[in-house]
Amino acid sequence: MRKRFGMGASIVVLALFVALSITTFGCGTKVQKPKDFYKIGAVLSTSGPAAPLGQPEQRSLALLEEKINSEGGIDGVKVKFIIEDDESDPAKATVAINKLIKQENVVAVIGSSTTGATLAMVPVTSKEMVTLICCAAGTKITDPVNEWVFRTPPTDSMAIAKVISYLEDVLEVSKIAILHDANAFGTGGADELQAKAPDHDIEVVAREQYGSTDTDMTAQLTKIQQTPAQAVVVWGTNPGPASIAKNMQQLGMTIPYIGSHGIANKKFIELGGSAADGVAFPAGKLLFPSSIATGSDWRNAVDEFSAAYKEKYEMDIDTFAAHGWDAGLIITDALKRSGNDPIKLRDEIEKTKDFVAVDGIYTYSPTDHDGLNVDDLLMIKIANGAWTEVK
Amino acid sequence: MIYGSATVFTLLLVVTLSIKGSTGLQWIVSGLTVGSIYALVAMGFSVIYSSTRVINFAQGEFSMLGGMLMYTFASKAGVPVPLAFILSVIIVTLLGAGFERLAVHPLRYSSVITVIIVTIGFSIFLRAVAKWIWGSDPVKIASFSGDKPIRFLGAALVPQSFWVFGFTALAVLLVFLFFNRTIVGKGMTAAAANPDAASLVGISTSTSSLIAWTIAAALGAAAGIIIAPIKFAAYSVGTMLGLKGFAAAILGGLGSAPGAVVGGLILGVLETIAAGVFPSGYKDAVAFLILILVLLAWPQGLLGRRQDVMA
Repeated sequence: MRKRFGMGASIVVLALFVALSITTFGCGTKVQKPKDFYKIGAVLSTSGPAAPLGQPEQRSLALLEEKINSEGGIDGVKVKFIIEDDESDPAKATVAINKLIKQENVVAVIGSSTTGATLAMVPVTSKEMVTLICCAAGTKITDPVNEWVFRTPPTDSMAIAKVISYLEDVLEVSKIAILHDANAFGTGGADELQAKAPDHDIEVVAREQYGSTDTDMTAQLTKIQQTPAQAVVVWGTNPGPASIAKNMQQLGMTIPYIGSHGIANKKFIELGGSAADGVAFPAGKLLFPSSIATGSDWRNAVDEFSAAYKEKYEMDIDTFAAHGWDAGLIITDALKRSGNDPIKLRDEIEKTKDFVAVDGIYTYSPTDHDGLNVDDLLMIKIANGAWTEVK
Repeated sequence: MIYGSATVFTLLLVVTLSIKGSTGLQWIVSGLTVGSIYALVAMGFSVIYSSTRVINFAQGEFSMLGGMLMYTFASKAGVPVPLAFILSVIIVTLLGAGFERLAVHPLRYSSVITVIIVTIGFSIFLRAVAKWIWGSDPVKIASFSGDKPIRFLGAALVPQSFWVFGFTALAVLLVFLFFNRTIVGKGMTAAAANPDAASLVGISTSTSSLIAWTIAAALGAAAGIIIAPIKFAAYSVGTMLGLKGFAAAILGGLGSAPGAVVGGLILGVLETIAAGVFPSGYKDAVAFLILILVLLAWPQGLLGRRQDVMA
């Protein structure tokens, strides 16, 4: 930008910039507040294929902004979430985050909804030294840990760990088949499961895949039928896993069906009908509030969020609403301690400890930017078209 | 050449059956169900192509709309299935005919490629509108006659598959009879082959185009409705249906209704056998590789006429 001005002008701009940074950021221990409001950016997939993820996240942030500002803001300063739509496109996510950082001067960024779009933004946040808290679950985002990148959702690894302990301790099986969506989510989950299963004396005897838009998976299932698999783990999101449940019913397959957290929604039951019965999958405890101790801070946080969301939008919360809400909460909490300084803010976010939010209880550290752990998840089993907790 | 390919295909089925037994039969019947779906969409492509030389890339969206309307009428409003079926088909048919009058007809003096690009635009538009109306989640439509699987020599089929088979057979018969046994249908074929000569003998190329679009929209909608209980309906299903249907139409010979059915069935069965025999990730690659090989050998498709390629 500076190149467009002459030499003299650029010196003036530079001087102004230096002056500005002294007044705004300053030094010393006192928290520096912005003049008008704290600007927090968000890049979410509010349209395109990932819209079912991005839209509830956007709603949560709007709700959070309203709540914080009606309660007097952060130490008297109001908060503003500036939300950009990446249209579920990684390239557009990169454009959006650059705009937020360079034009809007946001203090931190939330997003994006999908692993692909998040990974596209990671280089930008490191280069510009602005924190990114993402709402996507792909393991690659925080492994290895990037100084500037945090996340709120439980990771795919945590879900896999939960599934493995279910296979090992509840079903007590030693041979499994994997059937996964050929997309990034399905392949990533299958890779991880295949890598971790042998540590628990579980042998993967078949690994098959299907396309997200496929209608019939009987060919893959007949192959699995011919192996000694005692259970089939299906890693994908709707509607594929529902088609598989129906195909298994059609073929008369009775081995247990374990799904991913991608089917932790009522839609799966609606699509699968009677074929969905008996399917088990990992999910955040917030989706099943009765699994959280009554009266605990966590339970209260879930109930309050759920009630406020329902009042404003006349909708039930879902896991994505929680990811967006928690990302907003963690940033606004850290802002109380850091003030309007992106670098200090990053340090304060990393110091977040035992912070009770909706997805779970967050503790970040220099080696852990995931925050949650396996105990924030539970296994749910579908019985007669309803969710039941697997103890 | 059609006998050659039929022999090769039959041989493939026999080999699959003899090596894999009932599992092979399962693949074949599953493949035939999926293939019938492709065949119905392919017929829509063929009808418009054989009358106007236009490839309608919104064909898959007609099926998508059929399924979504069926959801609204049958699952949401509780309209009885036969009535909901008819209502959905009528709405999509009117939409197809309306599009022809408003967008295709005014372009009758433009090149075919212009019209094709307009159909691409139309498909994007329909997808966006459907998403706006119905949202992005897939929806379920109840099967016409229950979900209890029917077992046959060790293979299992859902009852809806028989609706798909029956409807495909009926549709191909009607379309074939229309184009080969009625004066209007024959006139339409003539209008496509040589518009000027057809006009000279009193055939209206404009009416011919309208009729073709109407039939294609009705076929597409009915296909979308009949498969929705198997595949779920969603705003996004039209793209995949359109692509596979188009591939099937090319394979069978663009412009030939029996060709569309043959192409659809072969594509469906190849895909399923490929998923069963090879690592399932290569399923589409194997099926499309065969498609490419077939077209290298017979560019006009299995049942296409040679002059269609020359035209």
